[in-house]
Amino acid sequence: MTKKARGSGDAATTGAPAAAGQLALWEVFTQPPGGGPHAHAGSVHAPDKEMALQAARDVYARRGEAVSIWVVPSEQITASTPEDMGPFFDPGNDKAYRHPQFYKVPRGVKVF
Amino acid sequence: MLGHRLSEWCGHGPILEEDIALTNIALDLVGEANLVLQRAGRVEGKGRDQDALAFLRTDREYRNAMMVELPNGDFGYTIVRQFLFSAYAMHQWEALSSSKDADLAGIAAKALKESRYHVRHSAEWVVRLGDGTDESHGRAQDALDDLWRYTGELFITDEVEQSLVTQKLAVDPASLMAPWRRDVADVVARATLRLPPDGYMQRGGRAGLHTEHLGIMLAEMQVVSRAFPGARW
Repeated sequence: MTKKARGSGDAATTGAPAAAGQLALWEVFTQPPGGGPHAHAGSVHAPDKEMALQAARDVYARRGEAVSIWVVPSEQITASTPEDMGPFFDPGNDKAYRHPQFYKVPRGVKVF
Repeated sequence: MLGHRLSEWCGHGPILEEDIALTNIALDLVGEANLVLQRAGRVEGKGRDQDALAFLRTDREYRNAMMVELPNGDFGYTIVRQFLFSAYAMHQWEALSSSKDADLAGIAAKALKESRYHVRHSAEWVVRLGDGTDESHGRAQDALDDLWRYTGELFITDEVEQSLVTQKLAVDPASLMAPWRRDVADVVARATLRLPPDGYMQRGGRAGLHTEHLGIMLAEMQVVSRAFPGARW
């Protein structure tokens, strides 16, 4: 069965196929009602960004869980790896002088 | 009836996302039918509610267009049929939103939102199938060619509808043809498909004369209700 594609589109709008015969993978981020940050909701397979948006709506937002949806081709996400955990995240904890806890906050100043 | 046909895709969709999308559309359509039949039962005033109208009418008493009772076929057939139907429904709901019947206008306003999504979803798929591979293009074109003869029926006006139109309660189906054809021609062109020529148009659904498929669908749909009258769960 020949698969001669007639349509057009670049990688950013169509996404690279994960494997032969598979549609591209997209990560879905949804914003809950009431605002707040978009949180990762899961992933969908879709041929391009418009269908990814619709799939995300059908799979993750049909019951009012979201007021806004972002979809990103999975390959566009750069993520830290488990090996990075040491060099990236460890050093902070055992060095008290890195944290500003010796500074007395003046009254009236908000601290987050 | 279209909701019932789409529900047959449950668990059989080509990909998970489409399985969910088609069954979501089915739920939307059944929900719209629920409200419309409820209203119809009240207007009729003979004590029939939406369940009585859905599950106890015979095929000769059903007035749906024949297009919606046709078997689903392959995904291309289903989605082309969905587009042709939803484009029609969207314009119909939009017109009915200004009906003098406040209940009907309310139902129409709600259904219009759902319908717009159905059109968007099915149209985008028609474009991707048409402007896709040779195989998807061929299947989409076959579907369009086969379904075209069932589209004429959507725009026929009978006397009942004409009198409702005069009272500003309903919309004249014939008036929906022009905007529908524009929408369909636009999407068919984007999909690199060919609009079929207007030939013989099937008709009869509105008069209760249906294809051989409706009887079988109703048998499945109504069997539980008829076997256990008045059942509650």
